Amino acid sequence: MAEEGIKAVSVLYCGVCTFPPEYCEFGGTLAKCKEWLEDAHPDVYSRIYSEDSLAKTTEGLSLEAKEKVEREIQKLQAKEATKAEKELKKKLASKVIVKRVERSKRKHVIAVSGLEVFGIDPKKLAKTFASKFATGASVTKNVEGKDEIIIQGDVGDEVEDYVTSLLEEKGLDGIKVERTEDKPKKKTQQ
Amino acid sequence: MFKKFTAKEDIHSRTNVKSSVQRGLKTKLVEQFPKLESVIDDIIPKKGQLIVIKCTDRLSLYTMDNEVLFLQRFDDPFIPSLRLIHKYPNCFPSVKVDRGAIKFILSGANIMCPGLTSKGASLPEEDYPVGTVVAIFAEGKETALAVGKLAMSIGEIKKVNKGIGIEVETHLGDGLWSLELD
Ligand SMILES: [Zn+2]
Repeated sequence: MAEEGIKAVSVLYCGVCTFPPEYCEFGGTLAKCKEWLEDAHPDVYSRIYSEDSLAKTTEGLSLEAKEKVEREIQKLQAKEATKAEKELKKKLASKVIVKRVERSKRKHVIAVSGLEVFGIDPKKLAKTFASKFATGASVTKNVEGKDEIIIQGDVGDEVEDYVTSLLEEKGLDGIKVERTEDKPKKKTQQ
Repeated sequence: MFKKFTAKEDIHSRTNVKSSVQRGLKTKLVEQFPKLESVIDDIIPKKGQLIVIKCTDRLSLYTMDNEVLFLQRFDDPFIPSLRLIHKYPNCFPSVKVDRGAIKFILSGANIMCPGLTSKGASLPEEDYPVGTVVAIFAEGKETALAVGKLAMSIGEIKKVNKGIGIEVETHLGDGLWSLELD
């Protein structure tokens, strides 16, 4: 018998939780997942969430066992949903700080901190800034031991715009991007 | 296994794999997973550049085009990534757990024997030995949700039917699944 050529299977992944859609029910964002799937892949949606296939998933179990499994899954879903809500609240209560720091009379750097809460990788973003503004950008730890991106040049406005759009992309509009200024203290005569 | 894994903390170095080493690696992979023979050149094309990423705890990730293909601890057997199993679901030894076990696996637990022997589960006919790397499927689902290593032989799992049957290496949603490389 001739060897059949094996082709790679292309598996669909959920645009919300990243799981194959049949596992969305375990991911804690089921409501959003379903919304996404119904819109993006209605055929897959009806296959997974039709009465028929829902009944089939637990065919082998007794009625009691079935109910127990479903109860536990519902509990888990509720727990995950609370967790997700908590995380979102934490994000909404946080802010990104874009600080303008005067290094000498006419030289400024911009320091961006507070990114980690939002799942933004500072190293990646520093690279993006470096190429976007054709300038130097690096990641250092600030006094609180948190990551801070230092960008050479007076590009606070551009940085603010970019961070804001990045947050919006992540569905986090309404996050505050705060601008501050750090001037070296002038020597004053006393 | 990958509960706390993050690129920032756990990735130490990235190295291009030399083509001679790459060839040897492919031979070893086919030895471990004979069904990969006809597709190994699709997975790791001759002209493709394999990159090995060294991580904490002597873990190596073999990646191509920023996607993890296999992982390996020290020089233990290779473990295919879940996404690779999704692409080639029939090329690896596999087991099926019952629906009740899914949530435990996805929260990072190992698999207990009863989850492998109940009515909704199924085990292969072949008696794979302890340490065999297996893809883990689930009752009522088409795609694999985890990869693990047998903690008992298939025969023992059926006979003993208690305790940990499979140690889970990586599962949907863990640190490796969510790892973004670039
Ligand atoms: Zn989902």
